[in-house]
Amino acid sequence: MKEGRIVKVAGPLVVAEGMSGQKMYDVALVSEKRLLGEIIELKGDLASIQVYEETGGVGPGEPVYPTGAPLSVELGPGLIESIYDGIQRPLDVIREKVGDFITRGVSVPALDRNRKWHFVPRVKVGDVVEPGDIIGTVQETVLVEHRIMVPPGVKGEITHIEEGDFTVEDPVARVRTGKGEIEIKMYQKWPVRVPRPYKEKLLPDVPMVTGQRIIDTFFPVTKGGTACVPGPFGSGKTVIQHQLAKWSDADIVIYIGCGERGNEMTDVLIEFPELKDPRTGEPLMKRTVLVANTSNMPVAAREASVYTGITIAEYFRDMGYSVALMADSTSRWAEAMREISGRLEEMPGEEGYPAYLGARVASFYERAGRVITLGKDRREGSLTVIGAVSPPGGDLADPVVQATLRVVKVFWSLDDKLAYRRHFPAINWLTSYSLYRDTVKDYLDREISPDFYDMQTEAMRILSKEAELEEIVRLVGIEALSESDQLLLEVARSLREDFLHQNAFHEIDTYTSLKKQYLLLKLILYMYEKAKEALERGITVRELRQLPVWERIARAKYISEDKLEELEGIKKEIDDEIQGLIGGKSKEA
Amino acid sequence: MKSRVLSGENLKRLKEYRTITDVSGPLLLVEGVEGAKYAELVEITLPSGEKRRGQVLQVEEDKALVQVFEGTTGLDIPETTVRFLARGIELPLSQDMLGRVFDGLGRPIDGGPEIIPDVRRDINGSPINPYARDYPNEFIQTGVSAIDGLNTLVRGQKLPIFSGSGLPHNRLAAQIARQARVLGAEEEFAVVFGAMGITFEEADFFINDFKKTGAISRSVLYLNLADDPAIERIATPRVVLTTAEYLAFDLDMHVLVILTDMTNYCEALREISAARKEVPGRRGYPGYLYTDLATIYERAGRIKGKKGSITLIPILTMPEDDKTHPIPDLTGYITEGQIILSRALHRKKIYPPIDVLPSLSRLKDKGIGEGKTREDHADIFNQLFAAYARGKEAQELAVILGEAALSDLDKLYYRFADIFEERYVGQGEYEERSIIETLDLGWELLSMFPRAELKRIRDKYLDKYLPRFKKEEKKEAGEER
Repeated sequence: MKEGRIVKVAGPLVVAEGMSGQKMYDVALVSEKRLLGEIIELKGDLASIQVYEETGGVGPGEPVYPTGAPLSVELGPGLIESIYDGIQRPLDVIREKVGDFITRGVSVPALDRNRKWHFVPRVKVGDVVEPGDIIGTVQETVLVEHRIMVPPGVKGEITHIEEGDFTVEDPVARVRTGKGEIEIKMYQKWPVRVPRPYKEKLLPDVPMVTGQRIIDTFFPVTKGGTACVPGPFGSGKTVIQHQLAKWSDADIVIYIGCGERGNEMTDVLIEFPELKDPRTGEPLMKRTVLVANTSNMPVAAREASVYTGITIAEYFRDMGYSVALMADSTSRWAEAMREISGRLEEMPGEEGYPAYLGARVASFYERAGRVITLGKDRREGSLTVIGAVSPPGGDLADPVVQATLRVVKVFWSLDDKLAYRRHFPAINWLTSYSLYRDTVKDYLDREISPDFYDMQTEAMRILSKEAELEEIVRLVGIEALSESDQLLLEVARSLREDFLHQNAFHEIDTYTSLKKQYLLLKLILYMYEKAKEALERGITVRELRQLPVWERIARAKYISEDKLEELEGIKKEIDDEIQGLIGGKSKEA
Repeated sequence: MKSRVLSGENLKRLKEYRTITDVSGPLLLVEGVEGAKYAELVEITLPSGEKRRGQVLQVEEDKALVQVFEGTTGLDIPETTVRFLARGIELPLSQDMLGRVFDGLGRPIDGGPEIIPDVRRDINGSPINPYARDYPNEFIQTGVSAIDGLNTLVRGQKLPIFSGSGLPHNRLAAQIARQARVLGAEEEFAVVFGAMGITFEEADFFINDFKKTGAISRSVLYLNLADDPAIERIATPRVVLTTAEYLAFDLDMHVLVILTDMTNYCEALREISAARKEVPGRRGYPGYLYTDLATIYERAGRIKGKKGSITLIPILTMPEDDKTHPIPDLTGYITEGQIILSRALHRKKIYPPIDVLPSLSRLKDKGIGEGKTREDHADIFNQLFAAYARGKEAQELAVILGEAALSDLDKLYYRFADIFEERYVGQGEYEERSIIETLDLGWELLSMFPRAELKRIRDKYLDKYLPRFKKEEKKEAGEER
């Protein structure tokens, strides 16, 4: 293809001439160092290219080599357990090649070309296949069966297919189509900025269980839903993302560290292989793909990293899996957009962000969903997207937060005041919301208990009442409140400390099943019921406060999942102690 | 073209240009340049014969935009010549740098000889491959309770001190540099100190402190003082970290880097951005401030298979003590926590005035616990935090309602908060507390609460530790009365 010539270099932006005939978002290689870049603006003969590597030492006059293809990812066996940079270069291979620091112009394939996979066909010669049909499988890790699909656009009759060990480059099947015979390999390429096709979108109505009490009970997210976690720094945003990646009941987890801290990425890299998936006992890494573009890596690759991640996620969704994607943090992604936009000298919108910020954010989240995938068997797959945003100064008026809130359905509002009090997860129960609460009601009625929904409502009522009462307490002191209000405060405190507070680093507390969440909540509300009855029988709040059973309730969350019957035992203690109080009272009388 | 070929051996191919067309602020525009590269080092010769250094910020066709580190005072358009050196800014590195003092660009200013380099490195460095990083998990004992007990520092961490004008951040930084060590290990340790735009007095304080304790022989100092060229500060942190990387990853040393004051660095960056007429972000700082700071801070860390490490403590003064100002805000998003100094505590004459509640060390969980500090560490710090936070709330409440309106329990918390500030946070500038002393102090203070209040501590630790301190507390309380 025709070569271009550099005329301008300004940071990650390179302008080249002689580029007529090139397409937007096609990849071009810049200078003899062959730095990877993407065309983001065309003006007559000139093309502006955002370069994914440092451009120091590049100058006018040097060549630019267009590739004629858009930025694409390779999708096939070998994705799971990988750690990629923002443009899908495997970081472990880069390290083997160039050492501990990432130097420029390193070119490595995303999928290992030499590794052999055992392919087992699912269709036979003579079968007619259409795009999305599964023609065979590869056991990629103990947890993930990689389903090899007919790529979009290919339709016809299988003329050849065989079982055996193949590399990703070897053809495993041939299909006779209207345009002649086509070889099918185990991997396909897909441009990252184009959403992968599906048959139809469905409403997401099954909760994604995360084991985090405040999320599952009060602000659930569904399989195929979207959620957003904004928070000022130090409010535990990253810990929540990690917890979700560890404990959510998705089949596949894609974790994008976008402009993240290097050490946090390392934490994920070291921890995930050691952590066991609670359902299978296998290391979590065996169902995870990591995309890591830390804050000091080139800014343009950061811009690309969220697209790289979501395209991989869509590919697994297409196989019929439920996929959870965490992006930490989309603010860094937006800032990368802003930086590139500034270099292009575009007219800025709010806070210097480009005017198309909202559109980009919306179209990113819209790639989530529960879908009927391509293929004759009408498989169901889902892709849940959880994006973190890091608003400057924790200010929710930030354009990125606002653009995000317009599209996501769940908002976990992190609060640094809670974090200072070491209340973790520091999700503020008054300002957070989930529009899926009613959507998942049927599921909870069926799977847990029909009264769970009402219990949630009641608990939330107590908590918001507490906030009102606290205002009064602040002004006139707690003694001014009625006995029943004082009791409510006591119960609200128990809800906060014994239910909402959850220690991510405690071996048992870190994960709570839906069943246990239900029982814990039930326990606290039962205590409230009984205490209210006691009040009516003349017992004071002061006396109730002294009951040792409060401490038993406080420690109930440390009861392990296989001993849930102990929770019933505490109920009995509540009965006994309150009965004891009432009994003592009547004796005195 | 007004240029001539120099006769010098190394400079044969380097042309000298006398084609400056614009000088504005710290920037100059050179035209008719052949083959200039982005980020290339530039040497500028003034009519007086003085030589200055600069860097290419942008090239377009034959025009190069150059930022001059030492400022543009005395530059003219017809006489000043510019030479492009065909390389980035490189720093000569050698073990002999220990014990030496340099300017902000790495030239000796202590009267000693030039460094004979073992190796030269580009000051911009390259990003550490996240896959090559090793997780920081070795506890560093600083001897300061508020840090060791509650905001634990670990090797390879970057933990800034957010301070304000007039607060003793320098004394705290010097104390950390003096006392920091890893328990049970005698390893090669070095301090690399970078000063950006601080006053002579402040710099002198550090140098004297280092000299007094003998730390100077294990230190490399880079000083860009308040009256040194502002633009030079752009290079200073990079020079510092290039040195640190060399000491840590080539010479296997454990390096503590102190950068002060990052606010001055960011202002220099803003100056350049304004001179380039870039679209400003918040408060006039450039939109790429986050990325720029990240390329500095992220150079701290550990690498798998290497002995050395870089621990980074940047200091920044928050304008108007405002934590949401872009500099502390963006810094907080990159670093692994922050130590915030409080003016209120300082007024109470508590040293170090570390505001415990908003301070945070994100890596503490990996650096504490059994085998590192002590098994009960995590629980005790959770409990101390929770109790102190409640105590502060009680104090706020008391301001409105009067102390008498508090419940008995809240009064206890109220009292705890005061004692905690005085005895736990407060300590002497030359007082070095071991981690065991710090943890025991925590138990001692918490023992004033009834056991049922200590909800954040696991039963087994309550059983094991509490009885020991419960008695002492009673005795003490008795004496008080």
